[in-house]
Amino acid sequence: MFKLEARPAPSALMRVASPLFAALAMALTGALLFWALGQPVGKAFYAFFVQPLTTAYGVGEWLLKATPLLLCALGLVIAYRANVWNIGAEGQLVMGAIAGGGVALAFPDASGPWLLPAMLAAGVLGGMAWAAVPAFLRTRFHTNEILVSLMLVYVAGLLLRYLVGGPWRDPDGFNFPQSRMFGEAAVLPLLHPEMRVTVVALLALLLTGGVWLFLARTWLGFRLTVAGQAPAAALYAGFGQKRNVWIALLASGGFAGLAGVAEVAGPLGQLQPSVSPGYGFAAIIVAFVGRLSAPGALLGALLMSLLFIGGETAQMELGLPAAITGLFQGLLLFYLLAADLFVNYRLRRVSPAATPALKEATR
Amino acid sequence: MNEAFVVALVLSTAAAATPLILAALGELVVERAGVLNLGVEGMMLAGAVSAFAVTTHTGSATAGFAAGMGAGLALSALFALLSLGLMTNQVATGLALTLFGVGLSAFAGQPFVGQVVSAGVPRVLGLDLVAWLAIALCPLLWLFLQKSRAGLLLRAVGERPEVADAIGFAVRRIRLAAVLFGGALAGLAGAYLSLVNTPMWAEGMTAGRGWIALALVVFATWRPLRVLAGAWLFGGMTVLQLHTQALGLAIPSEFLSMLPYLATVVVLVLICRDPRTILLNQPLSLGKPYHPDR
Repeated sequence: MFKLEARPAPSALMRVASPLFAALAMALTGALLFWALGQPVGKAFYAFFVQPLTTAYGVGEWLLKATPLLLCALGLVIAYRANVWNIGAEGQLVMGAIAGGGVALAFPDASGPWLLPAMLAAGVLGGMAWAAVPAFLRTRFHTNEILVSLMLVYVAGLLLRYLVGGPWRDPDGFNFPQSRMFGEAAVLPLLHPEMRVTVVALLALLLTGGVWLFLARTWLGFRLTVAGQAPAAALYAGFGQKRNVWIALLASGGFAGLAGVAEVAGPLGQLQPSVSPGYGFAAIIVAFVGRLSAPGALLGALLMSLLFIGGETAQMELGLPAAITGLFQGLLLFYLLAADLFVNYRLRRVSPAATPALKEATR
Repeated sequence: MNEAFVVALVLSTAAAATPLILAALGELVVERAGVLNLGVEGMMLAGAVSAFAVTTHTGSATAGFAAGMGAGLALSALFALLSLGLMTNQVATGLALTLFGVGLSAFAGQPFVGQVVSAGVPRVLGLDLVAWLAIALCPLLWLFLQKSRAGLLLRAVGERPEVADAIGFAVRRIRLAAVLFGGALAGLAGAYLSLVNTPMWAEGMTAGRGWIALALVVFATWRPLRVLAGAWLFGGMTVLQLHTQALGLAIPSEFLSMLPYLATVVVLVLICRDPRTILLNQPLSLGKPYHPDR
């Protein structure tokens, strides 16, 4: 018989191990699913997790999709640390794409080196502005940021659809709802000529270090963490609650906005009705899998990106629906939450036979 | 404006409000028991796709509604296992349930994209039976929560679980029952969406209605009768949106489609503006896990 008992202190080892358990459990469930769908399990696994990484192009795609996931997740790590539940990163990403793309469309003939930085800055500001709405409403009117930030995801998506179908539609585009292609000066340089991944991947890596430093080594980062973990202590210490909400939402909105503009100035090269296959939502899982830490988010983003391209490969190679990606993502988070039980609890073996032996030993 | 037009307007408003009433009432019961389940959207999607699949195969709307409820129930059982059994963070678990439901329904619904189903639901006075059920549930749940012993117990578990536990009631079992009830109603709401509102399946067809239902619970200050009023307000907005488009007003359709989402935000601001409204009405232990051993 096993008995669940509380650990005297949360286990640091289990905190690191539980995402690994979750990934393993997800893979096992995946194997079962492939088997149930009548697919050869080995081949399906190969197609899903290995084949995408066998070519230089594939590795480029892996990093390409990991970049927006990482950027969004870095912002969410900051927000969730402060116990501010921004789940509207997807909408903030879209607003970043609109703001940055708007700059590119406003200066179609620009060729100066100022254009890209201006676009990136506009993207960050666009995301921040969109996240400022739930921040303002929460600090001023006490509304719940979960619901407000999520509602704004739909509003942002509709705004983008209106823009690319109306005022910003490409006049030479055969009525397709998309903007004209950006000029050369408005497209981000590639990291390697054989890959589609842009220099923003490096920027994201730098920002990972930055967020780690911010949370682990700065007074402000410490305040945010305290406010999240022990609100009463934060109140007692005089840490302003409102300021934390603002910082958390603006930071996560800015990161998501950067991810958005990097998509349109990178692999897309124009504004389209849909600029993200749900990076903003998947980043929520990345932030949790990454244990609400910046280095963890990096690993989580790489895993989640593999799920995205694995789903695409599985669709092409095995004819499986690409929606299988979403299924895997949900499973991963479920398993992670379940495995986290063992951070605070442990299994102890209790057998009736052991008791006399124990008495013997202690006599 | 003739009489027939007004009747049609009222009927379409009632139909548009039905999934919101069902999902919001379910979540209201869950929250009154002290549990916050943010997975409504996911459970609705699972309900929608199961109902559509079953009705397509069997031709029976009843079987479809039953399947929708079953799917919502199954997903809420998963939520209960994690949040009540393993005491996970309810916000994170609810989000996971929504993300899982979105993925699962998109995966399971792949063969049905673009198909249409004709589910003949019996009508009384022009309104189908499920819509009547939703309307009737509002006063019934009010009676249950305010006038019955079981309802009192449910509220006690949501306010002061330790007290309910001390006088000998199984807090987690009561919470489990509430979560399962909420799941079944969310599944039914989804089934209504894919069988009656728009008799087809499309990926993510709930379009945030699960989240609007969550907002409705706050708007209704956790009272069943007010859910009806709120849902009719939103239902009316959906209908208004369609009619404005039909009238050919020069407002782009995208802006009209934004209305329900913006209205949700406005309504939340109006209700939450005075923090006392929430403090006085929100179940005291909402979102706090309870375990008798701790």
